[in-house]
Amino acid sequence: MTAVPRAGAAAAVSRRPVSFAIRRHRILMSVANHSVAIALSLAFLLPFVFIMATALMTNQQVLSPNIWPHPFVWSNFKTVFQSFPFLRYTLNTVTYAGLATVGVLLSCTPVAYALSRLRWRGRQVAFMLVLSTLMLPPQVTIVPLYVIFVRLHWIGSLKPLIVPLFFGDAFTIFLLRQFFMTIPEELSDAARVDGANELQILTRVIVPLAKPALAAVALFQFLYSWNDFFNPLLYAGSNPNSWTLAVALQQFTNLSRGVLWNLQMAASLLFMLPVIVIFFFAQKVFVEGITLTGVKG
Amino acid sequence: MATVAERPAAPPDQDRAAARRRRRRAAWRRQRVALLFMSPWIIGFSAFYVYPMASSLYFSFTKYDILSQPRWAGLSNYRFMFTSDPQFWVSLKNTLWIIVFLVPLQVIFAIAAATALTKVRHGLSLYRTIFFLPSMVPLVAATLGFLYLLNPAGPINRLLHLLHLPEPLWFVDPRYTKPGLTLIGLWGIGQIMIIFLAALLDVPKQLYEAAEIEGAGPWQQFRHVTLPMISPVIFFSLIIGMIQGFQYFTQAYVVSKAGERTNPIGYPQDSLLFYLSHLYQQGFERFHMGYAAALSWVMFIVTMSCTIALIRSSRRWVHYQGGFR
Repeated sequence: MTAVPRAGAAAAVSRRPVSFAIRRHRILMSVANHSVAIALSLAFLLPFVFIMATALMTNQQVLSPNIWPHPFVWSNFKTVFQSFPFLRYTLNTVTYAGLATVGVLLSCTPVAYALSRLRWRGRQVAFMLVLSTLMLPPQVTIVPLYVIFVRLHWIGSLKPLIVPLFFGDAFTIFLLRQFFMTIPEELSDAARVDGANELQILTRVIVPLAKPALAAVALFQFLYSWNDFFNPLLYAGSNPNSWTLAVALQQFTNLSRGVLWNLQMAASLLFMLPVIVIFFFAQKVFVEGITLTGVKG
Repeated sequence: MATVAERPAAPPDQDRAAARRRRRRAAWRRQRVALLFMSPWIIGFSAFYVYPMASSLYFSFTKYDILSQPRWAGLSNYRFMFTSDPQFWVSLKNTLWIIVFLVPLQVIFAIAAATALTKVRHGLSLYRTIFFLPSMVPLVAATLGFLYLLNPAGPINRLLHLLHLPEPLWFVDPRYTKPGLTLIGLWGIGQIMIIFLAALLDVPKQLYEAAEIEGAGPWQQFRHVTLPMISPVIFFSLIIGMIQGFQYFTQAYVVSKAGERTNPIGYPQDSLLFYLSHLYQQGFERFHMGYAAALSWVMFIVTMSCTIALIRSSRRWVHYQGGFR
């Protein structure tokens, strides 16, 4: 996002007397450009508006042509909690997303450190292998993994979703490695001269400096797991006690025979709310992280 | 230390040998530390990649239903796939539709939206937030939202009715299911768009000035300056889009099962049967694990070949600036 201040600088440079015609042209262009942006904004926001409005309607009104809820049925949200074990599913989702994030951070940080800042034989090969798993469609391994988890009696629990992430994740390793490479080697050397071992260098020098990257990686993993549908469906779908919100919401669609759109939209809103709140608080981390993957990837 | 004592002769030589040994020991210590740091990945890579890949390849040549032992079946899974499984070809066709149509459309739309953002001077960050927001919405929630928006009596059709336009049945009519998915795909364009926005804002201003001096109009500037400069990002998003396109599943599954729990995956009329849906159905609903493994290997080979083909072609159309590999 380096270019944003540059646009401001360009505006400052061009501030010199201009003729009326040019100024009028500029204002018209600016109006035109803003109307395009506003039209697109409306298109992006409209689904949210409809979802929110529907979540607050009575079920009779959903099927009527009225767009504005009347009356506002705030109790729809309460009904969602009462009519199916929403809390249980939320707890499962938080468990999955939270432990997955912890696992990824714990396992990938030392690996990325070894791949970026230690010199050892086989490092290049190991890095190429990490990259190749990044390209590998995860479905190639699901049949045997499923068989393994059946043998371990883990099917129907959250374990198959969480445990593998304590053993490294290619995407996270790659991102952290790229970031660790940018930290000057002199800092580690200075710590080494002071008698620090590699673990101390990692925890006391690198980790504090890599906080932005670690935050981005944690966010990515948390959101990925929160939103994930395929894996929870595959491994936990058979046991309703282990459903995450994504799976439960999909099942909820089936169970509502009379199609209760208002409750469905209320449940969807509750499901997306934490993600959107996180996004507003961590927008900068997020946008920078995505740009990093895109440009460096 | 003991080895040093064994050779008392020639002090300079001894120093050098000791130094070499010290260095070797240090290297070995470094190697051990590195392997210790790498150990989570080494375990994960062996347990969750190497072993499963090998056994998946083995399963693909067997009949296997988990309950009984796998029975060797030679190439019969692959033969069945290519000659007697009509659903395989349907799922492949539907998946190609995603990759050939939806993914490029998403890229074009993302470039257009990002370009619109570069034109505004004030409020860029607000617009960016709005454009990005939908891509944060969990796929299941987004799909449920569009199921409502596009239901035959829903808001979109009411709007089309007001405009006297045809009102398709969207997710009920096999002809309109994929256009419905396209709308979901375009709504959640934010992440690619953010990358394009960064790339567009990084194009040096002097290039546009030079093009303008040579008399290039807006389209020519876009065609000959912007496009080459952002071609690495186009390439990146096509690769990612293609890999994800082969894994297209969630939206289609949610839509298919929305009306009735017992709907088959791909409902209506297999119009939403994608490659991964087919694999899921075969492997984890009908427990044809051997066949599912064969499907996953074909998927792997097709994805790899397409990636390699795209990388090969990129030499002709992707323009890298100096220092950017």
